[in-house]
Amino acid sequence: MKTRIFPGRYESLAEIAEFVTNEAQNAGLNHQETFELETAVDEAVSNIIEHAYGGEGIGEIKCHCLIEDDGIKIVLEDYGQPFDPSCVPTPDIKAQLKNRKNHGLGFFLMCQLMDDIKFEFYHDHNRLTMFKKKKES
Amino acid sequence: MEISTSQFKRCDVVKISGRLDSATSPKLAEELARINNQGRFKIVMDFTQLEFISSAGLRVLIATLKNCKRYNRGELVLAGLPAPILSVFDLAGFTSIFKIYDDVLTAVGTF
Repeated sequence: MKTRIFPGRYESLAEIAEFVTNEAQNAGLNHQETFELETAVDEAVSNIIEHAYGGEGIGEIKCHCLIEDDGIKIVLEDYGQPFDPSCVPTPDIKAQLKNRKNHGLGFFLMCQLMDDIKFEFYHDHNRLTMFKKKKES
Repeated sequence: MEISTSQFKRCDVVKISGRLDSATSPKLAEELARINNQGRFKIVMDFTQLEFISSAGLRVLIATLKNCKRYNRGELVLAGLPAPILSVFDLAGFTSIFKIYDDVLTAVGTF
């Protein structure tokens, strides 16, 4: 398992992406799977900064990457407010332009792109665990 | 992320390279607002060098598309999307609301 700690700032997104995509390649994910993982992690980290911390520069984000036989597990921990994005309404992706909401896509994309997502809320921290399966070679 | 804008007679071409995420999307929103504020609403987004897009980038695009199409004054069209990025657009249901072209020249020719 590899762990790194990042400042809770949007500037960290590119660095987190680099860390996670390197580990995804080590885990044997293909290009498309790695891109999908990068997207889901980006959405998750952006949600932590925006909603759990309520802004940039408030707290840090711990990122663990665990390579497993059939894919990769990403664990993100923060020390902000519990935020469960599954309470956010699912966007209507078939709606016409005038009825499209500008917000609400992040959690939807995470769910579509990852094979498993689990939120845990403790008294002093929050943990999001996501798993991305690799195609059998 | 780098943004370069070229102004043509019939439209503006906005080329993005690198990552379009929560850190960089405000810069794109600012640039697109600057173009709209000049009364220009026909825009081609050149995504041939785009490496990554998150929902923060998608939000900027949909807000700008709505603004461009208001009063039938224009359109924001997309060109040159790399395959992984096109798959995110598809997942988000964006392929049915944006006009998407293989290359910039074809996209410019539609205006």
